[in-house]
Amino acid sequence: MDLDLVARSLPALGDGLVMTLAITGFAVPVGFCLAIPLALARLSRNAALAAPARVFIYVFRGTPFLIQLYLVYYGLGQFSDLFRELGVWWFFRDALNCALLVLVLNTAAYSGEIFRGAIAGVDAGQIEAARASGMSWLVRTRRIVLPQALRIAWPAYTNEVVFLMQVTSLVSLVTVTELFRSADMIAVRTFKIYTMYLTVAAIYLMVSYAIIFVFGLVERRLMRHTAPAPGGSVHRRALAVLTR
Amino acid sequence: MKRVIITALAVVFCLSGAAKAEELKKVRIGTEGAYAPFNLIDQNGQLAGFDIDVGNALCAAAKFDCEWVTQDWDGIIPGLQAEKYDAILAAMSITAERAEVVDFTDPYYQELGVIVGKQGTEYKGSYADTVAGKVIGIQSSTTHENFARDRLGDVAEVKTYDTVEQAHLDLTAGRIDFFIDGVIAVTGGFLETDLGTGFAIIGPEIFDKEIYGDGAGIAVRKGDDELREAFNAALKQIRADGTYQSISDKHFGVDIFGS
Amino acid sequence: MPELLDLRGFGDELASGFALTLGVGLGALAVALLAGLAGAACKLSESAALRAAGFVYTTVVRGIPELVLIIVLYYGVPTVVQDTVRLFVDGFRLDFNPVVTAILVIGMIYGAFMTEVLRGAFLTVPRGQLEAARAFGMSRARTFWRIHMPQMWRFALPGIGNVWMVLIKATALVSVVGLHDILFWADRAGQSLREPFKFLLAAAAGFLLITFVSEHVFAFAERRARRGVRQVAR
Repeated sequence: MDLDLVARSLPALGDGLVMTLAITGFAVPVGFCLAIPLALARLSRNAALAAPARVFIYVFRGTPFLIQLYLVYYGLGQFSDLFRELGVWWFFRDALNCALLVLVLNTAAYSGEIFRGAIAGVDAGQIEAARASGMSWLVRTRRIVLPQALRIAWPAYTNEVVFLMQVTSLVSLVTVTELFRSADMIAVRTFKIYTMYLTVAAIYLMVSYAIIFVFGLVERRLMRHTAPAPGGSVHRRALAVLTR
Repeated sequence: MKRVIITALAVVFCLSGAAKAEELKKVRIGTEGAYAPFNLIDQNGQLAGFDIDVGNALCAAAKFDCEWVTQDWDGIIPGLQAEKYDAILAAMSITAERAEVVDFTDPYYQELGVIVGKQGTEYKGSYADTVAGKVIGIQSSTTHENFARDRLGDVAEVKTYDTVEQAHLDLTAGRIDFFIDGVIAVTGGFLETDLGTGFAIIGPEIFDKEIYGDGAGIAVRKGDDELREAFNAALKQIRADGTYQSISDKHFGVDIFGS
Repeated sequence: MPELLDLRGFGDELASGFALTLGVGLGALAVALLAGLAGAACKLSESAALRAAGFVYTTVVRGIPELVLIIVLYYGVPTVVQDTVRLFVDGFRLDFNPVVTAILVIGMIYGAFMTEVLRGAFLTVPRGQLEAARAFGMSRARTFWRIHMPQMWRFALPGIGNVWMVLIKATALVSVVGLHDILFWADRAGQSLREPFKFLLAAAAGFLLITFVSEHVFAFAERRARRGVRQVAR
């Protein structure tokens, strides 16, 4: 393990880390904003809303992220002339745009599924009471269902965010220079493969646990009104989705 | 009595078979399989190309029983060190950096780097001026990457690809403006294909001994002198008896051995 | 439409890649289950050392991206094993089969996730059952094998199903270490024929097929596991 090399690589790795965090920092909120309507659509009784939502979630959860990424970057790149004519090539030309697009759609699908389970898990009695009190669907959803669903979903959503951060390592395969690619470039140049990969693994480990810690603080705040639950339904469901 | 004779004959046959087998040393050769026309995977899923033909010829001359193993370019030297194969024959340039971790045979061909871009792009007197402000694509862990980053990295953006074919796709899509690769590889593997229409070599061949080294050689593990010398001897033999020239002619129409 | 379906001679390769993907996935699932049982046993054990080992295993593996883990383990583990054995046996060479290595590596990675699933499942089996077994005079071992483990599977199934879904998609990453799986062939074909979209779509379809069938298989298995258990009306 060449510690001297590690020390010299830190600036480059630091740049890569910034990119990784920036990508994650963009994809998480945007994906979240898409996931909530997606989950609601999926649960809707209106087939015109539910069916496309189901298909979207199914396709994005049913195929590997790497294939989705290659499809958008190289696959759509095949149609560059067509896209130029349509005036949209400027977007797909940039590797970062393609990567962000796929990340957002992917996390929207997984988060959407998590929120769907959580929304469906909100106590039926609460919803009935809200209806009886004359709340419209919008008010009911915004004030009663979503806050409680968020609480139920939080542990599983934490895992999804950690996974998203880790999966950004794959965008290095479509020419985006983030943390993994930064380490990789140094590794192949110096042939100190294990030194660099073990270092980058350690960095990922630290970032993963930083995310879990921060999200754990939020969870404590969300759950501040409850006593620790004895392995009941909330946690069973979280456990099931936990291993996403 | 009959039984004894039959057994004796059987033993003799087996021994002679075993003796023959001992002459053929098993050697595994690693190659990429994604660098036409040197090494590629054809429509039947088989390895083909200049490197494969030369490798097979060398093995025949050295009396080796050779087996080919494909490996991603980035991991090709680690794979050698991890003993997944015993030699690398994959259009790999002999450079000082690489020579620190592996041993090379004598060069088996010479190649120079070139810059490829859209036909009609003006060569502005120097490589740096020509690519300034543009995007260059290169394959990762190649001498061309070193050239692009060390010599042109200050004036142009450099994008790294795992395979040259991915870079070709992006060049035609317009995501990169230039692509740097070996002149033989890029001519046979790109410019002369359908995808390469409208592209050309921009400017002269790159002369940069420090980065490009001494030509391409076969890499073996450090200290594996026996294998290295065997390949060197085999190389001299196929040069002497014309096998090399006919393989080179078949793929390129010229002798690419160099001086 | 016919043009989209024309695989230009790479059909067999894609099919063999598909078979490899499935093979690696199923093999890795088996390894993951074994590793998960070991891990869960460690985490639930009374020995602090074993608990710590289990914690380190699950924490480290789940904190690092699969891409990094696969590359490090795929090249690293055979080398480490080889070097270690070399200390005792001169000139030992491990001719590791790439597919077997990939199965072991992916199995070891997802064993960490499986550990959590199985651990949770073990904990969900009602204590009353275990207490009753001990009260009847069953030894600890008997209780574990006859009462605890069989019932654990019922609770573990949904989690195992989830881990399988993630695992099988992660096998697409073995193309990065050069295994000839379906993504490898889709890449090769797409790049050399300059039609990446068509072939990547084919690979995606292959995975959708696997996930579709898997969902139904697991739903069936869950239904069967629940037979005989009283269901509360919802």
